[in-house]
Amino acid sequence: MKAAAETPKFYQTMKFRRRIKNSIILFFLLAGSIALLTPLWWMISTSLKSPEEIAQFPPTFIPEKFHFSNYVEAWTTGPFTRWALNSVFLAVVGTIGSVFVNSLVAYGFAKMKFKGCNFWFIVVLSTMLLPGFVTMVPQYMLFSKLGWINTYLPLLVPSFLGSAFFIFLLRQFMMTIPNEFIEAAIMDGAGHLKIWWHIMLPLTKPALITVAIFSFNGSWNDLLGPLLYLNEESLYTIQLGLQTFKGSVQTQWNYLMAMSVMILLPTVLIFFLFQKFFIEGSNISSGTKG
Amino acid sequence: MQQQGARENILHGIDSGTETISGKPVSLTKTKTAEKHITLAVNKTAGKPVSKLNRFKSKSFRENLIGYGFISPWLIGFFLLTAGPLLFSLVVSFSDYNITSEMTFTGLDNYKKMFTADDLFWTSLWNTVYFVLFSVPMTTAGAIFIAVLLNSKIKGMKIFRTIYYLPAVLSGVAVYFLWMQLLSPGTGLVNLVLSWVGIEGPAWLFDPNWTKPALIFMKLWSVGGGMLLYLASLQGVSTTLYEAADLDGANIFQKFFHITLPMITPIIFFDIITSTIGAFQIFQEAYVMSKDGDGGPAHSLLFYNLHMWNNAFEVFDMGYASAMAWVLFIIIMILTIFNLKFGKRWVHYEGGDNK
Repeated sequence: MKAAAETPKFYQTMKFRRRIKNSIILFFLLAGSIALLTPLWWMISTSLKSPEEIAQFPPTFIPEKFHFSNYVEAWTTGPFTRWALNSVFLAVVGTIGSVFVNSLVAYGFAKMKFKGCNFWFIVVLSTMLLPGFVTMVPQYMLFSKLGWINTYLPLLVPSFLGSAFFIFLLRQFMMTIPNEFIEAAIMDGAGHLKIWWHIMLPLTKPALITVAIFSFNGSWNDLLGPLLYLNEESLYTIQLGLQTFKGSVQTQWNYLMAMSVMILLPTVLIFFLFQKFFIEGSNISSGTKG
Repeated sequence: MQQQGARENILHGIDSGTETISGKPVSLTKTKTAEKHITLAVNKTAGKPVSKLNRFKSKSFRENLIGYGFISPWLIGFFLLTAGPLLFSLVVSFSDYNITSEMTFTGLDNYKKMFTADDLFWTSLWNTVYFVLFSVPMTTAGAIFIAVLLNSKIKGMKIFRTIYYLPAVLSGVAVYFLWMQLLSPGTGLVNLVLSWVGIEGPAWLFDPNWTKPALIFMKLWSVGGGMLLYLASLQGVSTTLYEAADLDGANIFQKFFHITLPMITPIIFFDIITSTIGAFQIFQEAYVMSKDGDGGPAHSLLFYNLHMWNNAFEVFDMGYASAMAWVLFIIIMILTIFNLKFGKRWVHYEGGDNK
């Protein structure tokens, strides 16, 4: 009896218990992963099916025959190449503006001392809590008075005027960069603009890439802006094009899914290439949450 | 570590900002105080008699000017695209205006119409509140649950993190189409899976009782976005707390409710504030997924913003839409203030400085 107490049975050991615990966690994680990934598989699978196969019950997980032609047929039902290029143009120009302007403003808030700088930073933070829809109606009135409807200006100009979230994200990152760099440069007679360009931009590259990714994705996926400001078909973006495409093909799910796959592809590619920066961005922004 | 640094920055937020750079060429911390005294003394003696001209040439004036130069893009944006429009819309909300017409002052008519004559206003408000009440707690709890699972030390955690985060990255019209297909009553995946366990799935987007649950269900798919925030903060919880609890013989649930949860309440708090604001603004999903973008069937997807959108850009009643915008603004402000006040009671800050 005494010996048994000293050497616990295998199911009483810490190692065994940890293994059980890990197996349970692993089981939940695997089940969750399947649940999250199946919709994506379903999208790809549906995009390759024939309309007859989609209408079948019960539905199939793997297409009987792969109809790759769905992709070509869907893409050529409208001027999608044009719309995709429009979207790329808007996303690239908007991203460039947003990276440089937000970084400039963030530098002002992080590394410069001027009267009212704390006050304005609080204003920046509080605009993050302001619901965008509240300013949407008056902004529309403003842009329409300026004659900007059916131009890209309402979609592009705001990215050159800073965004509270990006300013906050970049400022948090810049705060971690030692002031000695800047002080030394000032001693050498450099101005703040020079310091921002030659020192701050290179040092904050990871945060800038994060901003670039978020802003590119935001612009690529934006439906609201184009829907509001663009009426002319030749100016449409890919999202707006897809939305109107829904009306023209109604229930042809193979085409709709093929288009969806193609439109999500850039985002997915960026995600896998720059995953690190997505996660970093969320971590920096979680600074708000502390 | 970086995460903690960032968090500290915001905690002390603005105070630390003032300390960062004195604007004067100070390189060694030791000389900093000395120099401060000197500059203070200089300012004191030189402060009073300077002429206006000199003050404009002074160094601090230049510093201020350059500082404002740096933040000027945002300042211009703030006045032209946020503050200005906000005030203008307040004026418009008391008038009858359709962009091309003359603005005629009508007093409180728009607000009266909203609260007494427009049944759809109450429908849209109820739909939105319903969505917020379910989606916010469910996505928050889901994100915490996944983050806790992902925080354990198991091989391949990185792959799981990628898988769980991926749906959160995907957005836009394509995702709504995907879910319309998944939720399609006859041939969709969701009802297929339900049929395996003997449940006859509802008609989802075609049944007014099931449209909002359908959208909430869809939102749960991208729960991984919030998960990352929680994961980062969980990794910051000190392991000594758990070790101490182990010694006391605490079980896994006790550890979760007495250590993990209190330690991440600051994150939960801000997540709830931001996701409530976000959920109140649900629009695109309803616009794309409801029949003809009108919030159907039976106005069950007519959310607040969709109703506002229809008033503004379908019938061009800018006065009424502006009044709706202001009511939304006030609702969200009250909720946020309520959250901030109420938050103090349950949010636990390390170090005890209940800020």
